[in-house]
Parts: sequence; C-alpha cells; structure tokens
Amino acid sequence: MEYFIQQLVNGLTLGSIYGMIAIGYTMVYGIIGMINFAHGDIFMLGGFAALIVFLILTTFIGGVPVVLALLIMMIVGMLTAALWNWTIERVAYRPLRGSFRLAPLITAIGMSIVLSNFIQVTQGPRNKPIPPLVSSVYEIFGITVSLKQIVIVVITAILLSVFWYIVNRTPLGRAQRATEQDRKMAALLGVDVDRTISVTFIMGAALAAVAGTMYLMYYGVVVFTDGFAPGVKAFTAAVLGGIGSLPGAVLGGLLIGLIESLWSAYFTIDYKDVATFSILAIVLIFKPSGILGRPEVEKV
Amino acid sequence: MTAPLLHVRGVETYYGNIRALNGVDMEVHRGEIVALIGANGAGKSTLMMTICGSPQARIGSVHFDGQDITRLPTHEIARLRIAQSPEGRRIFPRMTVLENLQMGASLDALKHFKEDVEKVFTLFPRLKERQSQRGGTLSGGEQQMLSIGRALMARPKLLLLDEPSLGLAPLIIKGIFEAIKVLNKSEGLTVFLVEQNAFGALKLSDRGYVMVNGRVTMSGTGKDLLANPEVRAAYLEGGRH
Repeated sequence: MEYFIQQLVNGLTLGSIYGMIAIGYTMVYGIIGMINFAHGDIFMLGGFAALIVFLILTTFIGGVPVVLALLIMMIVGMLTAALWNWTIERVAYRPLRGSFRLAPLITAIGMSIVLSNFIQVTQGPRNKPIPPLVSSVYEIFGITVSLKQIVIVVITAILLSVFWYIVNRTPLGRAQRATEQDRKMAALLGVDVDRTISVTFIMGAALAAVAGTMYLMYYGVVVFTDGFAPGVKAFTAAVLGGIGSLPGAVLGGLLIGLIESLWSAYFTIDYKDVATFSILAIVLIFKPSGILGRPEVEKV
Repeated sequence: MTAPLLHVRGVETYYGNIRALNGVDMEVHRGEIVALIGANGAGKSTLMMTICGSPQARIGSVHFDGQDITRLPTHEIARLRIAQSPEGRRIFPRMTVLENLQMGASLDALKHFKEDVEKVFTLFPRLKERQSQRGGTLSGGEQQMLSIGRALMARPKLLLLDEPSLGLAPLIIKGIFEAIKVLNKSEGLTVFLVEQNAFGALKLSDRGYVMVNGRVTMSGTGKDLLANPEVRAAYLEGGRH
C-alpha cells in the first residue's frame, strides 16, 4: 500500500510538469486550431535559460538563497521562452494563417528542429547537470516525499489557479475565448485578434518555461533533446484530456504522469511509453474528443 | 447639408475572383434610420461586412465620421463605435448571455456595463431570465435579441443590423422595430439595417436603398419606396411579410 501511494506521489509530480506543458498545446490549439509542435522545445529552452541563470548566479554572485535563485531562474526562463514563442508565431505561423491546414503544422515541426538544433549548437550536445538545489526529504507514514516534489505540485497548483482566473474572469481571457469561438465576431467587437493570439503564445510559453525549470530541478539535468519526449507526452496529455480544454490538459497530464509511474513500478520500465500511448489509443477509440473535450456539434 | 456619418463610394468587394459588390454608393446621416432591401444574394450582408472591413473593399472607399476607414483593420473600425449585429447572429456559443454582453461592452472596459445591461434587459426581458445560460443553448429568436443587445452594449454611433427580424415571431419583430425607433428618437442612435422584411423596414426607416446584384438600383424615402410600383411588385406584393 505504501509503495502504491509512493508511486502516486511520484506520478503526481511528473503529471504536474506534463500538465503545465499541455496547457500551452491546448490553448494554442483552441485559439488558432493548430498544434504548435515547437512547444516541447520551448519547454526545453525554458530549462536551459534556467540552467544558465543558475550558473551565472552561482559563479558570479554565489550564496544566493535557494528560493530566490529558483524564482529568478523561473522568471528569466519565462521571459526567454515567451520571447521565443512570440517570435515564432510572428515570423513563422502568422503569415501562414489562412493557408491550408497542413502548412503551419509542417512549419511548427520545422521550428521545433530549429530550436533544438540551435540549443545543440550553442549549448553543446551533452547532458548539462546541476547540483541538487532542493534536497530535503520528508517521511510521512512511511512514504518518502521530497521537498522538490512538494515545490512542483504547489507551484503547479498556484499557476493553474492563476491561469484559470485569467481565462475565465478577466477581459483578456474573455477576449481569448471569444477569439477561439468566433474570430471574425471578436474583431467586430473591437478585439485585436492578432494581439490576442500573440498573448496566448506568450502565456503558453511562460507556463512551459516554469515546467522546464521544475524539470531541471527535479532531474538535475537538461539536454537539447529534452523538448521531444516530454513534449510528445504533454501533447498526448492534451489530446487525452480533450484538446482545447484547459482542465482537460491538466487532467490528461496527471493521468499520464500516474500511468507512467505506476506502470514503471509494477511492470517493466521499458514499456512505460507503450502503456501510455496504448491508453491514449484506447481512450480515443471510445471517446475521440478526449475525456473532457467537447464534441464538435453545436447549435448555430 | 452636413457631411454624412457613413459614406460609401463606388465600393467593389470580391470573394476571391467573384465580385459581390459592383460599385455601391450610399450614405447614412446622423440620426437617420436607413434600410437596405433586396433579394437573397444581392450583396446586402457583404456591404455590411465591407463597412466593417471584413472583407475590405477592393475598389472604392468607406468614410465614417469624416475618416477614411476603407483600409482600417476590423477591430479598429469597431473602436470608432460602429457596432454590428451580423448575419447569422454570431453569438459566442460557449459563453453565457452575460459574457456575450460583456464582450459587447469591452471597448469601454465595462465602465457603463451595469447601466447599459439594464437597458438591454428592459428591451429584451427574456435575456435577463437567461443571463447565465450559454449562448449556444438559446433559441434562434433569443440569439437574435442577444446579438442586437450585444451590439447596443458598445454604445454605438452607428448601429448595423443585418436582418434583425430573421427567425423572430411577428410580435417580437414589432417589439424590436419599436425599440429601434425609440432608441433613434430618444438617443439619436443612427441605424443602418438590412432587411428581407421590406414592408416593416421601409415603414420604420427615414430612407431606403434597394439592392440588386451587388448594385444600388433605387433609393428614396421610406414612404416613396413603399409607394413605388416597382418596389411593390418585387418586394412587397404577396402579402405583408
């Protein structure tokens, strides 16, 4: 039983990271109907920015309190990732809006390759380790919970609440939802659609960068290929939860995190990805719109 | 005579290679109610959308309040206070009635929201009952009211109504036409409306235009057009719609 709960805790941590990335996929899909395949690399880029900030802080300044260091890493990561994602949207996606559906998709894959190769060239192809930032570990009823895990889950919960609030309760969120539901009408009501789409890319990138920082802190290492596997899994999470749905992205992320850790714990770790994607396939067969997705039927 | 509030000159609008408007000239003056009538596919809705820059006119110009708005992006035209209740109503289906109205008022950051929403609810009490319901679950008539209400929330200088009577029961149509008249008389609201219901629209309006195949073929006061035998034959005979 304790072993099971232990795995739940691990899965929840991993799932939080996936969930944060998945939100970027789902929001962009919701608003312009495209999958931003470069989003996983934006996540990786966030991790690298955090790493660089960490190195600068420890080398040149030294003795910065861990909380402050993490906060600075996160913020710089968010800004860097946001700038990149904003630029990508401006130069690569916006000119293709209104062209055939596959064009932006292919461009997005291209952007993903550009980003990961850029990091490979500028940062080197090797794993970049950092010493453990947060190492405290607690024993609660025989279950080991590390402070890292608590930090990840708490930060995820806070950011998701903030996001939920922005999307559902602010004029910006209203404009985003309006743009998502009827772009032309939103413009007729004075919404600057291009700006709203840009903001959506910025918001998604910022969350991905936080996930990147958390990932770096959790595993203590980041490498230029890290955009791929977590990116694909977060994308899977978004589809599993119902693409276009914010709660769906979080739920999908948590589910995939849990499936992965439970499968690794009870079966063989080599097949954990097989398990994840099999479950995705099964869900999509019986519920093509995902768990919380809405069917594409509407009264007009 | 003062310069018109809205002045459309020689406008040609295309969808791809298909010409939908073929040199349209028309104007709306401050405080007027102007109707545009014509058959299906004549280009009435295209003219409405061209005024709002979506699509933009390829040839010709649109002036509003002395300013050339032909090449302005749609959202900037909206910010000049041209509000439209467009063809097909275009309610945000997954937003509540109240949120739809908030979208209408977003130009002023909801500054007069409470006051204005009460006005809309007085005009359409039905919307008040449904305020927390999602737009997509409303009936066609309720969506029509919401669409008009949403346009009014912007405190428009010019209100564009595309077939406000579509899908509504005769009694409600009468109510809406009366409401338009009242807004026009009491607040000086300028209205430009497209209608299939030619009789009701011309009776309501100061002036009217008749559109055939992307071109304005006739214009005159509402009364004159109502009495015109050609208009009667084409749009009015066969009963009062």
